[in-house]
Amino acid sequence: MAESVPPPPGGKRKSSKKRKIVFDSDAKETAKRLKRGPGVNLKSITDKKLKGKLRRAEAVFSSSQKKAAQISEWLLPATAGTLVAEGIERTWNFKQEDIVQAVDVTAARKAFDLSLPELGPYKLNFTRNGRFMLLGGSLGHLAIMDWQRAHLVCEVQVREAVRDVVFLHNETFFAAAQKKYVYVYDKRGLEVHCLRAHVRANVLDFLPHHFLLTSIGKHGGHNWVSNGVTIWSYRLCGTNHDGVLRYQDTSTGQIVAQHKTLLGPCSVMRHNPHNGVILLGHARGCVTMWTPNMTTAAVKMLCHRGPLNALAVDASGTYMATAGMDSQIKVWDVRMLRPMHDYYSPAPVTRMDISQRGLLAVGYGRKVQVWQDALRNKAQSPYLTHNLPEGVTEVFRFCPYEDVLGIGHSAGISTILVPGAGEPNFDSFVANPFQTVKQRQQQEVVALLDKLQPDTIVLDPDMIGRVRKEPAEVARQRRQEEAAANTARRVAMRREAETKDKMKGKNRPSRRHRKKQNNIIEDRKPAVKERQKEEAARRKEATEKSEAAIPKDAPRAVRRFYKS
Amino acid sequence: MKVKVITRSEEDYTRERTSDLRKVQRNYDPLLHPLEKAKEYTRALNSAKLDRIFAKPFLAALQHDDGVTCLARNPKLVNSIVAGSADGDIRIWDIPRQRTLRRLVGHTGAVKGISFTPDGQTCVSASTDATVKLWKVPYAPFEAGVVQDDAEAVFEFHGKNAFRGIDHHWDRSSFATAGVAVDIWDHSRSEPIQTLTWGSDTVTSVRFNPAEPDVFASTGSDRAITLYDLRRATPLRKVVMQTRSNALAWNPMEPFNFTAANEDCCLYTFDMRKLGSALSVHKDFVSAVMDVDYSPTGREFVAGSYDRSLRIFSVSGGHSREVYTTKRMQRVFAVRFSGDATYVFSGSDDMNVRCWKAKASEQLGIRLPREKHKQAYHDALLERYKHMPEVKRIVRHRHLPAAIYKAAKMRRTVVESDRRKLQRRIEHSAPGSIVVQTERKRKILAQVE
Repeated sequence: MAESVPPPPGGKRKSSKKRKIVFDSDAKETAKRLKRGPGVNLKSITDKKLKGKLRRAEAVFSSSQKKAAQISEWLLPATAGTLVAEGIERTWNFKQEDIVQAVDVTAARKAFDLSLPELGPYKLNFTRNGRFMLLGGSLGHLAIMDWQRAHLVCEVQVREAVRDVVFLHNETFFAAAQKKYVYVYDKRGLEVHCLRAHVRANVLDFLPHHFLLTSIGKHGGHNWVSNGVTIWSYRLCGTNHDGVLRYQDTSTGQIVAQHKTLLGPCSVMRHNPHNGVILLGHARGCVTMWTPNMTTAAVKMLCHRGPLNALAVDASGTYMATAGMDSQIKVWDVRMLRPMHDYYSPAPVTRMDISQRGLLAVGYGRKVQVWQDALRNKAQSPYLTHNLPEGVTEVFRFCPYEDVLGIGHSAGISTILVPGAGEPNFDSFVANPFQTVKQRQQQEVVALLDKLQPDTIVLDPDMIGRVRKEPAEVARQRRQEEAAANTARRVAMRREAETKDKMKGKNRPSRRHRKKQNNIIEDRKPAVKERQKEEAARRKEATEKSEAAIPKDAPRAVRRFYKS
Repeated sequence: MKVKVITRSEEDYTRERTSDLRKVQRNYDPLLHPLEKAKEYTRALNSAKLDRIFAKPFLAALQHDDGVTCLARNPKLVNSIVAGSADGDIRIWDIPRQRTLRRLVGHTGAVKGISFTPDGQTCVSASTDATVKLWKVPYAPFEAGVVQDDAEAVFEFHGKNAFRGIDHHWDRSSFATAGVAVDIWDHSRSEPIQTLTWGSDTVTSVRFNPAEPDVFASTGSDRAITLYDLRRATPLRKVVMQTRSNALAWNPMEPFNFTAANEDCCLYTFDMRKLGSALSVHKDFVSAVMDVDYSPTGREFVAGSYDRSLRIFSVSGGHSREVYTTKRMQRVFAVRFSGDATYVFSGSDDMNVRCWKAKASEQLGIRLPREKHKQAYHDALLERYKHMPEVKRIVRHRHLPAAIYKAAKMRRTVVESDRRKLQRRIEHSAPGSIVVQTERKRKILAQVE
């Protein structure tokens, strides 16, 4: 039998205090980020049961937030990359060769140059876990490679113009925007689908949580079949629009939406990973934001004086960087839709990308520059610079979860090391670079079960959980509208009843007219009553105020001296 | 310069041997988990749909030779149930093997009530042939196969009139029978040791309070629910309602509350200390409610009705959580919850005792910890999102037979039109001239002491 501890003399026994969790400054910031917003204000709730329930729920949330912060502080295995210049060195002076020399073998292998000069400028895409790389040469060379192990998964020559390539939900499928249509290929290089809805697509993008393949291209003409001969007639139907944005669900094959942007041909398209909204950059300098639910743009922002060259959105969906023909790079707060910083470059920047940790890569021609912390604050100097040995840049893509920037150019593919670009700790249930076949199959099933419907794409994804409270003005307006509708109905009913045109008797015109005048007062009654009520309330308040100014123990005779 | 680049060695992130578990890395940073609210809502919708897909509550039907009139649960054994039928036949069922262990022969009239002694080894049964018989209840043997034996009563108590109900005390060796009046019997006496009566109406059912040893309640054909105390010679008080109550059940966790199954298709939960108003009114049936029984958790109860359905209600009020019907199940006369709150038994007019799951989509048997966690997650999601219109539509959806559906629709229109009429009357009469009684007080006519 356990002995009970006798209470200490002189006072109550101290109750066991929970260990207070103290964070240092970095961890505090992580803890704040993990909080996902402020808690519910419990003071304003009068219902006791609801208050108790919410109090318990808030306690659970705060304890789970603290535990997650502790885990992120102690249990995450890796830390982010860094590049520190010592003494008079500057980080932008370091060459890739120096960096590759200074890191270990496995990291050094990640920086390479693939020379493929014959088959045109190459477009590039990475899978969500950063393991596989998809190459698409403009002259029809498509290939998937496990780039870290230098292993080629598949290769296919389609011998047609390829304008863009994108992976679908994992490495087993990819889509290529070819000369006329978009084709979907397997990871063995076999053509699986020909998506005839996407005509002359310029850019492709894939929304992973919604399984939506988006393309921006032409609308194309109708094809009419007559006597078995297909007739193409552009003039007859007149629907040969440029800049048509198409959403297709790759799990069901359904075309979810087709929007005519009406802003001319467009070749700049990115998606905002935070809310799944598609951003297009147009030739007239405006950026439009699209959801599949609205036929017009949700947002239209005039960004540059001149056409947009490139666009990039950061992973948290807070910042957007745009580059235009006017040699300016502008950073915008995409939630508030406000400009933040401007940068000026000697020549217009044509390619741009933002990494997972917020590094901005910009480039034109052979030059590549990576800027650190250029989004939240205005950076004064770049972080890294690189000049391509051969070729002109075509596309930049940061590899997820790796400190690597993939550059597609006209002479092949290059990768450069950018310390601090990638998120060091991945989540196995989101994206696992060391995925086995079985894990990939399981993840596919789970992703399909969790697939979000296209009508959940909204500009503010937090809107979904909010409680909508009706402000007093809306309620009052609604009451006014109801009253107006009621009077209109009553008037209509009365007009219906008055269709008789008797000249004499009870229903003669003069009598009807008199009744009508009476009824006008009747219609005005509720508004008059409302005003009288307000007036009475105001008067009562005024008398209360004046009475409150008079102290209670003052004799009645002196009260008039207190009235102001 | 000082450079550090992300490098991951494959050994750190993959397993060494096939017998090892696969390594899982977690990062709870919200940057890696976008669109959380939409995903959670989608998962809630999916779990509502899965809940309906896996809702297969019917387990077994156990055959009798005549309509089943009463059921009894053994307080010491979870796997057996005793059912009495209209031809006087009592069977002890071994539920897991779905076989009859014993047939207790002896009664010549319909068996109206069965109740177990506190040790779970004997039971008493009351019948319309004016006898109460005491039986020995065996344990289920381990060997499989047909066992059925016939057994005779150990002791017989003879009364003057037909009995309508019986309830054994949960601690003593005495039991109460309901008939012309409430009789209190003891095992050692062949005559009732006490008779309690109030008025000249039949008493239809009697139930002992699960916490107070001397308090019990009865329902009678005078439309009243009467409270008694064994230490007094006369009943304590009674609450008279508009319609008769058929059965009564005490809440095992809140023993001052009881629920009465009424003829007007509703169940009324009362606090025995304040009989002036019902605690809650449970409305979902379309015909008279015949029997009610509480779950051992005290949070919900099951009721069976004359309209061929049985429903599971939550104690806090509101509509029924679940409704079970079958084409072959006729009027339900007796219902019982199982001892582990997992199953529900119904005895009905079609000569069957049916065994159902209390939670229709529950996976029975031993579940792995991961399965349990997943199920708990699904339940939590449903709990959080059950008010959203899309989810609510799926969660609430139950198929009802055409007769019950149409009857319910008719009741709704009647109630709605009554309500509208009352509202108009109030609108067009002097304020305060029409007094509207709350639903909880409407059906209570009087409290008599």
